Amino acid sequence: MNRMPAWADAVLVPLISILLAAILSALVILAIGENPVAAFSLMVEGALMRSTGWGYTLYYATNFTFTGLAVAVAFHARMFNIGGEGQAMIGGLGVALVALYIPWPHWTLALAGATLAGGLFGAAWAFIPAWLQATRGSHIVITTIMFNFIAAALLNYVLVNLMRPVGAMEPASATFPPATHLPTFQDMFAFGGTLFRGSPANVTFFLAVLACIAVWLLIWRTRLGYEIRAFGHSDTAARYAGISTVRITVLAMLISGALAGLMGLNTTMGEAERLVLNATEGAGFIGIAVALMGRSHPVGVFLAALLFGFLYQGGAELALWTDIPRELITVIQALVILFTGALDNMVRMPLEAMFGALRARRGPKPKPTSPRD
Amino acid sequence: MDLATILQVLDSTVRLAIPLLLACLAGLFSERSGIIDIGLEGKMLIAAFFSAAVAFATGSVWLGMLAGIAASMVLSAIHGLASITFRGNQLISGVALNFLASGLTVMIAQVWFSEGGRTPSLMTGGRFSDIALPFAETLRPIPVLGPIYAELISGHSILVYVGFLMVPLTWWVLQRTRFGLRLRAVGEAPEAVDTAGVSVAGLRFAALAIAGLLCGLAGAYLATGLQAGFVREMTAGRGYIALAALIFAKWRPWYALGACLLFGFLQAIALRYQNIDLGAFTVPVQVMDALPYILTVVILAGFVGKAIPPRAGGQPYVKER
Repeated sequence: MNRMPAWADAVLVPLISILLAAILSALVILAIGENPVAAFSLMVEGALMRSTGWGYTLYYATNFTFTGLAVAVAFHARMFNIGGEGQAMIGGLGVALVALYIPWPHWTLALAGATLAGGLFGAAWAFIPAWLQATRGSHIVITTIMFNFIAAALLNYVLVNLMRPVGAMEPASATFPPATHLPTFQDMFAFGGTLFRGSPANVTFFLAVLACIAVWLLIWRTRLGYEIRAFGHSDTAARYAGISTVRITVLAMLISGALAGLMGLNTTMGEAERLVLNATEGAGFIGIAVALMGRSHPVGVFLAALLFGFLYQGGAELALWTDIPRELITVIQALVILFTGALDNMVRMPLEAMFGALRARRGPKPKPTSPRD
Repeated sequence: MDLATILQVLDSTVRLAIPLLLACLAGLFSERSGIIDIGLEGKMLIAAFFSAAVAFATGSVWLGMLAGIAASMVLSAIHGLASITFRGNQLISGVALNFLASGLTVMIAQVWFSEGGRTPSLMTGGRFSDIALPFAETLRPIPVLGPIYAELISGHSILVYVGFLMVPLTWWVLQRTRFGLRLRAVGEAPEAVDTAGVSVAGLRFAALAIAGLLCGLAGAYLATGLQAGFVREMTAGRGYIALAALIFAKWRPWYALGACLLFGFLQAIALRYQNIDLGAFTVPVQVMDALPYILTVVILAGFVGKAIPPRAGGQPYVKER
């Protein structure tokens, strides 16, 4: 077996995968008659060269960090949680209920309460698929997909029939009371100036960073995290070691669902300040790309979320100033998932062969001594 | 409810069930060979776009259909490359293909037609016209049976009849041909098929090609039969409902017909009635929207019979050395 050095596995493989995705994306832009270099510089200009652009980039990155971490935690237990979208929707519902119906005296308390509610609602939405997988063997991928659709129908019902203010046409809740307003980056850093003006990035971003640290601690520094990883590597071995399959499956999915649900803080409380239909905008699915690209490590997830935040904001700028439709970002996202996820071996096999050849040229390895000698 | 209303609902049940049925049979071939296919949705979507675009450009619905099938088969080939050749994760590959279709269709539509991600409406030549079966009008006066024949059985586009024919055909291929036997075997015990000297990869690629063909038909029917043109995200989760129907049907063709008709019926009801008044309480339309998914979860949970998937599903086959 040709083994690669750790740095190649962690950095080189994803880098080449992303490079391949980028080359193909450039070809797609060429194919629709636009200039990829001009498009890229426009994206950089729109997303990174002005503070408002950064405000949007970081806002999107916050969403993707939460959903990316959600998918990553499930990946560690070798489960594929496609239900981030639905869990984020229901998490947003929890956030909205708490923000609307509890009279909060201050935003810090409101944020704490909404964090609890968003996490609980998201976790609850992940519980049934998790429990069915653990006890009845229903495939979690299928059930979480189904729960995405059920969540969409539920949210639609709640918004149209229950939470919509009297007389309003739009399926959306009432605006949250001012006390629940979360400080935006403009509130925090502009000091009356124009820094981050009008951009939706808010204090939730720091919560997302905290979530990265918490997930790192959980996965690599706690007993539960060890059990999750052990279960992910080999469920039979984990069972022999006395780890309960049901417990780990359910706990890992609860954590995953709670992380996805926390995304609702950013979109619902931080940006819209009311609950709208389709607040998630597919961020739950982007979490899949982010987790794959970040190799399910919180640092990787955070960096990948930043990249996708940049792509999202840059893509919006592209659609605004050129004839390149916003859907280009969906294509890039698809290519990233394809190359970093499904076609991983296509990159890995030649690299492993190359490193193997390199090692062979450096001379044969000393033979391992066996204890019998 | 009178006969005319019932017939209308059933007629739209048939129309809505056909894309589900074709996609479901596509999934059946693929999953019976051991390749899980989440990408049914994307294949249908890309087929819907290319069939509408080519039908609009050439004025020929048949050329459109071929283009749709070709596009769908390209996605199948990518899925095969990722999950068979490079032994990647089949679920992730399917998810990627769904996004690829979702992005590419709207993007190309915008670049080609500049109509906000849709194709222009198709005229008569670009659509599948409804076929009147013989004696439909002469038999209409016969009470009950006449309208059933004229309204429900006659007057659909060719792809509807093709879709229904695919059910016995699928059954026959799977249960009565050598290819079908090997296909089923490769989904249960690929190592046995390999030992017998039959190519596992070849069989699985063949199954994916059939799945691409059937999804192509489903997409073409959506854009050029059911509706007159492509609109963004026009599959609207049908690929996932088809996946649900496949589990509901326990991976069997005749059951798939039943499941798809049931889910088509639910869609027809949701389309026709906004909220259903049952006297004591009303069923909101969202419940009808969610019912296929809820039913699938219940089935998956094993409360109504157990759904056992093909044993080797989802695992790449590694040849022994």
